[in-house]
Amino acid sequence: MAVSTRILALTLITAAAVGAGSWATVRYLNRPARGPAAAPSGAGQPEAVRRIKANLYYVAADGLRLTVSERDVIYAEGTSEQARRIVEALLEPAPEGLVSALPPGTALRGVFVGGRGDAYVDFSGSLRTNHPGGSSSEILTVYAIVSALTVNLPAITSVQILIEGHEVDTLAGHVDLRRPLPNAPQWAEKGST
Amino acid sequence: MSIIAAALCAAPLDAQSPRAIAPYSVVSAEGRRTVAAAMVGDQEMLRLDELAPLLQLTVREDRAAKALTVSRGTTVVVLSLDQGLASMGGKILSLSAPPARDGSRWLVPPDAVSRALAPIAGVRTDVRKASRLIVLGDLRLPRITVQQDPGGPPTRIAIEMAPRTAYTIVQEPKRLLVRFDADGLDLGPITAGGGLVESVSAADPLTLAIALDKDFGTFRAATVPIDAASSRLVIELTAAGAPAPSGLARAPAQPAATPSAPPAAPAPAAMPDAPAALPPAQPPGVRTIVIDPGHGGDEQGTRGAGGVLEKDVVLDVARRLRSALDTRLGVRVLLTRDDDRVVPHDERASIANNNKADLFISLHANSSPSKSAKGAEVFYLSLDGLGSEARRMVEGPEARPVPVLGGGTRDIDLILWDMAQARHLNESAAFAVLVEEELRRRVEMSPNPIQQAPFRVLVAANMPAVLVEMGFLSNPEQEGQLTSDDFKNRVVQSLVDAIVRYRGRIEAQAASRLP
Repeated sequence: MAVSTRILALTLITAAAVGAGSWATVRYLNRPARGPAAAPSGAGQPEAVRRIKANLYYVAADGLRLTVSERDVIYAEGTSEQARRIVEALLEPAPEGLVSALPPGTALRGVFVGGRGDAYVDFSGSLRTNHPGGSSSEILTVYAIVSALTVNLPAITSVQILIEGHEVDTLAGHVDLRRPLPNAPQWAEKGST
Repeated sequence: MSIIAAALCAAPLDAQSPRAIAPYSVVSAEGRRTVAAAMVGDQEMLRLDELAPLLQLTVREDRAAKALTVSRGTTVVVLSLDQGLASMGGKILSLSAPPARDGSRWLVPPDAVSRALAPIAGVRTDVRKASRLIVLGDLRLPRITVQQDPGGPPTRIAIEMAPRTAYTIVQEPKRLLVRFDADGLDLGPITAGGGLVESVSAADPLTLAIALDKDFGTFRAATVPIDAASSRLVIELTAAGAPAPSGLARAPAQPAATPSAPPAAPAPAAMPDAPAALPPAQPPGVRTIVIDPGHGGDEQGTRGAGGVLEKDVVLDVARRLRSALDTRLGVRVLLTRDDDRVVPHDERASIANNNKADLFISLHANSSPSKSAKGAEVFYLSLDGLGSEARRMVEGPEARPVPVLGGGTRDIDLILWDMAQARHLNESAAFAVLVEEELRRRVEMSPNPIQQAPFRVLVAANMPAVLVEMGFLSNPEQEGQLTSDDFKNRVVQSLVDAIVRYRGRIEAQAASRLP
């Protein structure tokens, strides 16, 4: 039993080491990029409440396109961190009169930006399980995320949506999510971009 | 802590008596051997004392530590006898079961071979539980399964190869020999016999023999990709005096050999047969149409407020469309699903590609966050996200030389599976316009009636392809329409008329190119 316990202890130590390594990797991937991603709007405010103006995308009145709404988003150093703040803002309740393109209950697990301008946005499984389906709804969900990041952060040129850390075929059976998607302005109302 | 306690208290498998089962085959450069196997409870296990010499391993039991120490040279892996865990080089590996005792011998689960034993031996290992086979080293041992189509004539035999494998077909007086370019065969089920085939069996370790009926006349063969890793060789046989089957490569004058090589990438286009076996050129036309009812099974698609499910609506319309096309156009119509089941996206495209469909129509019902959204929409693929490679495919596939029998090379078109639709975009757009025009005559259209989107199901279709959203189930009025016979029949009529117009269009284009 003594050696069995040693094996168990070794298991726990290894698990802890792997966990620490993963945390370090995530920290590395989420590290701020050099230079500000967007200009802060309130330069004189305390850093904790500094905000930028960002264009966020919601369902347009016709239910077929996205419409843009300028919102205050917490300022963050670095592209990855700013991208996370933008997606978090997108997950907040939509402004009055607008409807979110993301299903309720969706949680953001992480954002990281690769070297070639590809952003990877990892959501909880509820983005999929709570999605109402239908190609229009799916297109609006996907491009609300893609547009918010590519329009506001020039360093991001395309976005891949992950679910629970994994690449997925689609959210609801239509849009191919196996690769990072560039922005597609046709899904926003004319004049919205 | 309770989980840990439960793990520590888990009963070892040797508490249950092992029951001998069919052995595993181990294939290596030295040849083929067997390793005894047994069931311990529900767990399949292998004899460690028979595996160890094949991998040149030394096994030592440490009773005090309740562990097995397996080593080769200075490399050691320790298998816990209490839990499905192994420790190697400071890493913990999870195994499906701990070792079990069978008298004086030890048994280990099959995954211990690939996860723990082979790594310390430094040998690449492929454990195929379905085949009861372990491949040691870099050997080519394709999994081969044979299935004869119960229909016919013509008699059709499908030989699936995973991974893709080059082969040669040799015709002898009473049999066809399919010889694979491999180190051995992992021969799976063979379901064949009847029609012009008496039997299919292994003639030697690398060759399948198709014993022919006395009425056999000729054969044609073609290879089509199933997915990125496997392909299907289809051999059609016809009786003497019967018209030769169309669509597959013709057999050469007998006796002769028809070689083929696997493509470097999934290639829905013609396979590299010998020059004499090129398929006959067919005039452009619409002979086969694949209708794809979206979703199915657990993937319900969207759902109307009244409970109408997209997967049910689209299947009903697909069946109606098939019936209408069968009756009025006399074309071959295939459905990607004819019941309520999940069909992966690549399988939907495979059905169209493998049957050389001339059109692919995916049927869907839509949903929007706004209840007011309504109207039909027709989509064709956009190349967003597919990158520059897809855009190059629009210009035409890349021709690459492949060797042919007798020396020399022949250029074949290589088409990446995920780029297949790229070179059909213009025709897909033309067909989408016709579908939209016909739908507009009969049903309400969305303000965005024709659109491009990066739809997963369209990407790999190697023919003109559209996705039709018939209406919005999120709109209460349209939910009612989508369940009515009248509305469904209007959609079907629109699609039939669009197909008739498209067929006329490409026939007119072909006629205009004649000298």
